[in-house]
Formats: sequence, C-alpha cells, structure tokens
Amino acid sequence: MKAATTPVQRPRDAKLLVVDAAGRLHHAARNALPSHLQPGDLLVANDAATLPASLSGVHGPSGLPVEVRLAGRRSLAVDDVREFTAIVFGAGDHRTRTEDRAAPPPLHSGDGLALGPLQAEVVRTLGHPRLITLRFSGTADAIWSGIARYGKPIQYAHIDAPLALWDVWTRVAALPVAFEPPSAGFVLDGQMLQALRERGVAFATLTHAAGISSTGDDALDARLPFDEPYHLPEATLRAIARARAGGGRIVALGTTVTRALEHAASAGALRSGMGVATQRIGPETRLRVVDALVSGTHEPGTSHHGLLRAFASEALLQRVDQALEAGGYRTHEFGDSVLIERPARVPARLVQTHAIPHAA
Amino acid sequence: MNTLNLPRDLRVAITGGTSGLGLALARLFHEHGTRVAFVARHAQRVAEVARSLPGTHGLVGDVSRKQDIYPLALQITAALDGLDVLINNASSLGPVPLALLADTECEDLEAALATNLLGPFRLTKAVLGALGASARDGRPALVINITSDAAVTPYAGWGAYGASKAALQHLSRIWGEELRDQGVKVIAVDPGDMDTPLHALAVPDADPATLKRPAQAAREIATLIAQASP
Repeated sequence: MKAATTPVQRPRDAKLLVVDAAGRLHHAARNALPSHLQPGDLLVANDAATLPASLSGVHGPSGLPVEVRLAGRRSLAVDDVREFTAIVFGAGDHRTRTEDRAAPPPLHSGDGLALGPLQAEVVRTLGHPRLITLRFSGTADAIWSGIARYGKPIQYAHIDAPLALWDVWTRVAALPVAFEPPSAGFVLDGQMLQALRERGVAFATLTHAAGISSTGDDALDARLPFDEPYHLPEATLRAIARARAGGGRIVALGTTVTRALEHAASAGALRSGMGVATQRIGPETRLRVVDALVSGTHEPGTSHHGLLRAFASEALLQRVDQALEAGGYRTHEFGDSVLIERPARVPARLVQTHAIPHAA
Repeated sequence: MNTLNLPRDLRVAITGGTSGLGLALARLFHEHGTRVAFVARHAQRVAEVARSLPGTHGLVGDVSRKQDIYPLALQITAALDGLDVLINNASSLGPVPLALLADTECEDLEAALATNLLGPFRLTKAVLGALGASARDGRPALVINITSDAAVTPYAGWGAYGASKAALQHLSRIWGEELRDQGVKVIAVDPGDMDTPLHALAVPDADPATLKRPAQAAREIATLIAQASP
C-alpha cells in the first residue's frame, strides 16, 4: 500500500473497505460509514487529544542534541505529569526515517535534559539505550505549559511538512493524553456525528492514552504497545448496555478503543473508571465486548495488523490485504480505513457443543 | 457557600481573565470553589491574579493569535481535567480612541475581528471535544460569548467593535442550533455598560457611578450558567 503523505484528516476521496460478518468485502466511500452501521449499533471513539510529545533539546552531560518522544505515563491524572516513559533519539528530526535515526548519547540515571523551557532528568533507563523514564521539574501547570507551547506532534518521515496540533486532534479530542493521534477517529466530523444520530446509531467515547506506533528499533518495537492508561466513563458503560439490550453491536473506532474496552472487561463484567491496558490483542484473543472495528489500514506484520487477527482469520486478512492493495488504498494515519465485522456472536450454549472457529 | 447554585466540580475557562468582567468572573468562581482556568496576554499580570486566587490556573496566551489557540486548549483541559464552561470574554475595542468607519484602518478592523470573532471561534472549536464529553457525561456543556448592545445598535464610532460583536452574536446563534443535539449550548450575553478598563478606553469621561459593577454582571452570568446546567 502507498503511504498517505498529506496531513488531511478527511480527504474527500477517502475509502472504506467493509469486511462483513460473512467475510465478504465491499468497497465504499468512507464518509458513508454511518450507512454501513445498523440502527441500534453503538460507535465508541477515543476522545484523547494528542500531546505535542516530541521535545527537542540537549543532553546535559554530553552537550549533544537529542529528540525526546514522550511515550507513556502511568495514569491519566492531570497532576501526574512529572514522570513519563520516553524514547530518545540523537541529532536529527522526523524527516529522517526512524530506522535511520542516530542513537542518543549514552544515557544514565541523573542526566539532565534541557528541552526548551522544560528541564528534565533521566530517572532510569529501561533495558534499552533509547528507552528511559524521565522526570520533569516544576509545577504541573509549568510542565503542561512547556509541553503545550514547545512540543511538536510526533511525526514520521512519510509526512514532510511539520504537523501542528490541529492536524492531529480529532473532532472529538478532549483530554490531552495521547502520544500519537487515535487516528481512526480522523473519520469523524460534525456532519458524520449528525448522520449517525439520524441513522439511529448511538455514539460514545472513552479516553485512552494512545502510545507511539513505531520506534525504528526492532527490539523496542517488539515491546509495543506499552501499557496505556484509559478512562471508561459510566455513561459509555450505560450506552453499551443499552445497545446490547436492543440487539445492537459495539463498534470500536480504532484499535485503542478495542484495547481499552477489552481490558475493562478482562475480569468478567465490563467496569467503568480508570484502568491501564496491559494486554496484547491478537489471534488468541476472545473478544468480549467489541463486535466490529473501524481502523486505519496497516501493513502486514505491524502490531496494529496483529490486532485485526482477533476479528478475522489469517486467510480473510490476506484477502483484505490484497483488496486494499488492488483498490489503491492508502496507509498510515492519514490514510484510508477498514470496517471489520467479526463473525456473528454464537450463543454460549452452542459454543460448548460445536466447533466454531471464530469462538476460539 | 454556594448561593448561586452552581453545579459541584464545575470547570470553567475564562479568556481576558485579568481585568474587568473576566477578573470579576474569575473571582466569583474562585469564591464558589469552582475549578477555574483563565487566559490573558501578559505573563506578569496572569501570575499576579493567579497568586491572588490560589488554586486557579493562569494561562498566558493571546486568543487573537492562531498559534496560541491549541496550546491554550491543551492547557485548559489539562488544568481542569476537562471543561464544562468556556467564557469567551477577551475583547478588543478596535481603534482607540474610537473612530468613525471612514477613519478606521483596515488593520484595526482585522484586529478587532481576530480577538472578538476568530479567537472565540477557534477556541470553541478546539475545546468542542471536551465540551461534548461533558455533555455525554450529563455535565453542563456551555459556551458563553460576551457581546454588547453595540452588536445590535449602530453607534457611530463603534464600527470595528460593533461589527465584530454582531458577528460573534450571530455565530453564537448558529453554533447553538448546530450543537443542540450534542447537548452543547452556546449563548451570547450582553453584560451591559460596565465600569471596566475597556469601557474607560472607549468612553474616557463616563461617570463610573452610572456604570454597572463587573461583579454584578459576573453574578448574572453565573446565574445563567446555573440555569443552563442539567
């Protein structure tokens, strides 16, 4: 697939590949998404706003330039803003492919990092020369101000022009806790929210601190996604219960929504409130909440792609990849989308007595 | 004491929060234990007001500057853990002293539009996601745009200000129509002629005794918020 190289959230010609519950593929216009959902369904989006999480600066002991990419935080609490997990690169910027980026100078506990108006310290390295816990100094307000005014959105070499926050905040962006945009949500705009209402499709949100998608380092990439805190509002829990009671499906807008909802249900009944998603979703996952997924298109082999295996067999995903390729779909965060409906739920009684491939 | 019946844990952001009506609003909400973030251009003044109202969050920014809007939206929602009420109060008079339209420089009109129309539009757009989240949670979700009778009556000499406020008032009505189904309310409020620095710039020889106290206008706005809350 070719990369989408301009930061337009809703290109007029954006495409949607619909993979229905019977495994049939349909090409559609993405702005027609509401017509591919059923009255009574619930669409759940991630309303995290995206932090300008790339901070350029200088490593104190060596005096060498670094780019720090904030990549994780232990909670969503707004005053818990001192410590972050971060990936550190050496000199350079997003125009160099992450795979080709220079390593940072050797980082040690206690090293100072001068990041524009922000001062930080390396608390510890995390088993990899590029991965650290850092701690900012100053008040929470000063740290937020420094990040807000000095940071840049994390971006990759397939997009040349520097991204601004308005390029990466979705139309429903609320609390600034994501490190990269929950880009499946780029599909949303006021018009679509209205079209969903008119079709009788309910809409709800959760807040999930979407982490970074790529580090350019195989060993680090293998550790993605990092643990991601989320908040599932009580109102969303009620909306899920209402949709279920009416026979509607739960449609996750994005892999982060899937990860949060499935984590919130991992102990049995779905629970509202704060959580930290630690699990991986893949072929072995038995989905408890999500019936369908709207997602960007992703190359085979990526962790995003692996998540799709929870919704469809490998053989079906191969047909999907071929259709995306043949249909000229574009990939990456500003690219086209897929809607994957997983095979219809099978009543528990039947699961016990029949071999149902998708119940596994 | 909560004589205004404001919802508990209300989260309010006010632009132009270090003088006049904005300052009166910040004080009133602070007094009532509301979570407050206020925005103004001058760092020193912001720090002074924040110190005088402990627990409030003073943010430095200029709503007329496009580049300032998203950093402000980010800091507002981070400071307050979301947002229920945005009060677009920061205003520019246009040319000072007031000028006939024939004598108004195009740049003065542009500056008035940037502060009084584009700024509120951009900031509302940037926090709309947070307001929508509040509405879905059953919380208040409200934008209050501060306008003026100059938006309705064509006072000679008030061209830049009056035209920009008229546009803001109409923008508020259209926003209100479009966002009703999402549970987000947008209202324009004319607080009346108040004894404020902006009024003194416009009418230097006005007798302050004939003007409304900003604190009184702030109470009226707080009452509106209480009424507009679910």
